[in-house]
Amino acid sequence: MTQIHSDTSQKEAQSKVKLSARNIFVDYGAEHVLKDVSIDIPEKTVTALIGPSGCGKSTFLRLFNRMNDHLEGFQRKGEILIDGEDIYHDQKHLEELRETVGMVFQKPNPFPKSIYENVAYGLRIRGVKDKKRLDQVVEESLIKAALFDEVKDHLKKNALSLSGGQQQRLCLARSLAVDPSILLMDEPASALDPISTAKIEELVEELKKKHTILIVTHNLQQARRVSDQTAFLYFGELVEYGNTEQVFTQPKEEQTAHYIGGRFG
Amino acid sequence: MKQKTRLAEHVIKMILFLCALVTVLTTAGIIWVLFSESISFFQTVSLKEFLTDTEWTPLFTQKHFGILPLVSGTLLTTFIAILVALPVGLTIAIYLNEYASKRFRKVIKPVLEILAAVPTVVYGFFALVVMTPFLQKIIPDLPGFNALSPGIIMGIMIIPFVSSLSEDALFAVPQSLRDASYGMGATRLQTVFRVLLPAASSGIVSAVILAVSRAIGETMIVAIAAGQQPNLTFNPLESVETITTYIVQVSLGDVPHGSIEYQTIFAAGAMLFVLTLILNNISFQFNRRYRQKYE
Repeated sequence: MTQIHSDTSQKEAQSKVKLSARNIFVDYGAEHVLKDVSIDIPEKTVTALIGPSGCGKSTFLRLFNRMNDHLEGFQRKGEILIDGEDIYHDQKHLEELRETVGMVFQKPNPFPKSIYENVAYGLRIRGVKDKKRLDQVVEESLIKAALFDEVKDHLKKNALSLSGGQQQRLCLARSLAVDPSILLMDEPASALDPISTAKIEELVEELKKKHTILIVTHNLQQARRVSDQTAFLYFGELVEYGNTEQVFTQPKEEQTAHYIGGRFG
Repeated sequence: MKQKTRLAEHVIKMILFLCALVTVLTTAGIIWVLFSESISFFQTVSLKEFLTDTEWTPLFTQKHFGILPLVSGTLLTTFIAILVALPVGLTIAIYLNEYASKRFRKVIKPVLEILAAVPTVVYGFFALVVMTPFLQKIIPDLPGFNALSPGIIMGIMIIPFVSSLSEDALFAVPQSLRDASYGMGATRLQTVFRVLLPAASSGIVSAVILAVSRAIGETMIVAIAAGQQPNLTFNPLESVETITTYIVQVSLGDVPHGSIEYQTIFAAGAMLFVLTLILNNISFQFNRRYRQKYE
């Protein structure tokens, strides 16, 4: 074994498991959406969820902040663990859970409020009124989302006046404002132009220093560029999960090879 | 054959045009009658007197033509009605949209709209023989005719206007905004008050203005239960008369055609028209300025 290899394996051994799914089954009414999915996701890495439309990627992603709970007919079996604790065990702490687990959606969805109020939202609903603290967090979050320079002179402007790419970074800033340790991204760049997409990808790269990131993407190149691990889901089953380089260059499963090779999907 | 279809097409177009014309002509006719009769009224009574005199006694020997008592009566009952309808209607809209199950909503919506279908004379009678005696138990000095009781009943009548249109406005707020708010860890109540209501505000304002217009124009309830007594007051416990009530009262009497008493009907009608026109305009402007466009 070369020095490099032992280094990486050592690094992997050190990194703690942040998120786990244990034998997850999800049904919507009579439809089986996820079948026996188990996965361990290490801390401060980027994990891409890939697979054809309707394979259950988004449903799987939304398990981690319990955004499926209110959907009609939603049924779940199995455990979702964050730092070893089952988040479905205690029904009461939905608000706290979502402080730990931030989410960026497919289409930019800023509130029809000012840029400032969008970013301050997470703090406001938690009762923060201190103007200094709000100002500071808004600025920091916008800096983290690489949007501050573009909007610093008009924080009072309506968020809907921003471009699509800026809106998506604003949504990212909004999530970051409550300092979540986990970020869920559901095809965050699918509605954006290539330049805005590149910016989001850069940000993902930067944010993984502090956050554990799960990203659903249709774009295989994107998955390859930004992620450390890749999970391939197909018809509700986890077909393959492993190091991104390995999944893309030497997939273990035939289905993975076919999907990555562009034979379907 | 081809010519026949073309002819039919032409005839249908004409019919449609005539239908549209009927509404336009009716409106134009009403405006014409209102204002031409009002003009002869204002040849006898100055506009200044009409707008500033604090007494309205055109049917007495000591005639005064101050519209203010009627305007105050109208605004007072309308204000009471909105005070009832806005909180109740909005609460219903929020409940149906964000909390109730789909099935409950399906059942309760038509039931609610029945409120708007009850004949107003029934409401008026209800105000007089049920609401007023009930209020008199709480406020012993309350006279048999007062502004409060018909105001409250009118409020109940316009609840469906507020709830139905507010609900449509809330429903139109995209799901993605709810997701964003819940995703940030907001509770339902926080999502309703911080995101949904502001996002739906333009629709809600239109709903309220429509309800206000409806209350201002309401005649029967106030005619029956408010007392038909022109009274420049904003005290809900006194009896008042609204513009509409006055018009009914005079129309039913035997004032001679063309007399000044007769013309007061049109002056009062014109005032009512101006009031609702102003409201419609506010609603229109508000909608244009604050409507959020969602894709």
